[in-house]
Amino acid sequence: MAKLKSTLPNMVIVLGLIAAVTSLLLAYVYTITKEPIEQAKLQKLNAAIGEVVPGLNNFKEYKVAQLAEDGSVIDSLTFYDVYKNDEIIGTAVQSYDKGGFNGLIKVLVGFDNTGEIIKSLPLEQAETPGLGDKLERSKSNFAAQFDGMNPSETNIKVKNDGGQIDAITAATISSRAYCRAIQLAYDSYTTNKQTNEEGGNDEPIE
Amino acid sequence: MMSQLNNFTKGLLKENPLLVLVLGTCPALAVTTSAMNGLGMGLATTFVLLMSNIFISLLKNVIADNIRIPAYIVVIATFVTVVDLMMKAYIPDLHAQLGLFIPLIVVNCIVLGRAEAFASKNNVFSSAVDGLGMGFGFTLALVVLGSIREILGSLSIFGWKFAAGDGALLFVLAPGAFICLGFLMALTNKLVKKNK
Repeated sequence: MAKLKSTLPNMVIVLGLIAAVTSLLLAYVYTITKEPIEQAKLQKLNAAIGEVVPGLNNFKEYKVAQLAEDGSVIDSLTFYDVYKNDEIIGTAVQSYDKGGFNGLIKVLVGFDNTGEIIKSLPLEQAETPGLGDKLERSKSNFAAQFDGMNPSETNIKVKNDGGQIDAITAATISSRAYCRAIQLAYDSYTTNKQTNEEGGNDEPIE
Repeated sequence: MMSQLNNFTKGLLKENPLLVLVLGTCPALAVTTSAMNGLGMGLATTFVLLMSNIFISLLKNVIADNIRIPAYIVVIATFVTVVDLMMKAYIPDLHAQLGLFIPLIVVNCIVLGRAEAFASKNNVFSSAVDGLGMGFGFTLALVVLGSIREILGSLSIFGWKFAAGDGALLFVLAPGAFICLGFLMALTNKLVKKNK
């Protein structure tokens, strides 16, 4: 078959056909991978919640708004009340900080019912591999420092800033961001607890 | 058959896309902080190369000359998106590591380069062999580069730590990537010259 000439109709038809066929292929791949992708995400979240609050049976998810001092809503954090045999055994709070070395860091913090941290782990981070990614529990003991900590008695800041946390060597910025995320989670957790005890209207969203 | 073997092996050393042709250096420098990342990136690129070479070779007579570049890019982008979705669905951990660089395979010069220089002029079988050869050559280069950086920078290999401590942080960061790539290129050039 001789090569098609570059006339306008030829070009329009060929490119149009190629685009149409590839779109169909993409639509097909999208539909077959949609469910596995969602499941993979859910599984990751489930595993993470199960890790920070051990004994997970079931959890209830709801959002808690972050209020500025004047009462306006800045943002909201996602809370997961963790149940074991219909009893709340703790709360996992998904917190974040935008001041990581490569931007956003998402942290999942597990609190027991007294407000002590059970365990925390980075849910999403894009820190420099080999340096800031030591936030990951598998790569250093940094995140383990927060295990079993009572945030009301601890100054959650790196030692350079006068706090009690050992920063990761050569990754102070990442360490600071992680500390701020933990602090944010704790502040939000205690505020939410207070409003609930005062008969607040933060009904959990199913 | 001999020529097909030649066609396959040229990508591994003599025309290695990364170390001799010096194409696709952006992902090569960015993702090779560990051997595993290099392997994942290399295999994803190999799949895209193979599929796009096959399809462009099949379509070479239908695609009019003036629109060949947009047509190639559409084909390439499709397969890259397929890889991206598949990795997200079935190997989410590796996908999280490679992140941004998977979609960027679209603009990887190796893929478009092979489409333009080889697949558009040769039959389907040779193009498939060429795609595989080039892909494996790229994968090999990435794994070697990733291993060196991981061994020197993190004192581990494929995630397995063989000594305690931090290693030379330089090799984890960008300058280490450039230094390693430079030495690897020099070495490859010497080997290729000797074989001539």
